[in-house]
Amino acid sequence: MTNPSTNKETPIAQPVTTMSVVAPAIGWLIPGAGHLIQKRWIRGLLLMASIVIMFVLGLALQGRVYRPNGGDILDILGFVGDVGAGGLYIVTRALDLGQGAIAHATADYGTKYIIVAGLLNFISAADAYHIAIGKKP
Amino acid sequence: MNLQLSHFSAAVLFGVFASVVFGITQRSTSREQIRYGLYCFAMFVGGVFLAGWVMWLLRR
Repeated sequence: MTNPSTNKETPIAQPVTTMSVVAPAIGWLIPGAGHLIQKRWIRGLLLMASIVIMFVLGLALQGRVYRPNGGDILDILGFVGDVGAGGLYIVTRALDLGQGAIAHATADYGTKYIIVAGLLNFISAADAYHIAIGKKP
Repeated sequence: MNLQLSHFSAAVLFGVFASVVFGITQRSTSREQIRYGLYCFAMFVGGVFLAGWVMWLLRR
C-alpha cells in the first residue's frame, strides 16, 4: 500500500544561473530590460512602453511619489508600490518630482498610476525570471 | 507638465497599460497573450461602465 504523501510531486529545484539573477534585477531597474536582454524584443518593448508611459502619465497628472516612511500603512504600501518602478523611481526622487500638490479632482489618478506602474514592473521582473529559468518560453 | 484627463479616459488608459502587462506576463504563447490582454481590457472597460451605472443608481 502506497503512502499518499509520497505521491505528491516534489518541486524541482532550478539551477541558479547568471541570467536568472541578472534578468529580474535589470528588469526591475529598467522596465522591460529583463526581457530585452533575453532577446524577447517585442515583449520587452511593450512592457517598457506600458510601464514608462503609465509612470510618466502619473507624474503629468500631478500624482504623488511616496518617500520611505514609517507612518500610515497606506503610505508604506504606497512607497512599496512606487519603488517597484526601479530606475524611474530613483530618477524621479533625484529630480524631486512628484510632490503631489493636488489641484484638480482627477489628480489622485496620477498617484494610482505611479503605484500601479511600480507593481506592474514587479510582475514584469518576475516574468523575466521565469523566462530565465526556462519555466516560460 | 500638467495633464488633465476625464475619469473615463483615465480609467480606460489605465486598463490599456495594465492589460498589456497582464497579457504578456500571464500567458505563454503570443496568441494566448493577445487573447488574454483583450479579455482583461474588456473586463476593465466593462467594470468602468458597471461602476458608472451603479453610482448613477445610488445617486438617484
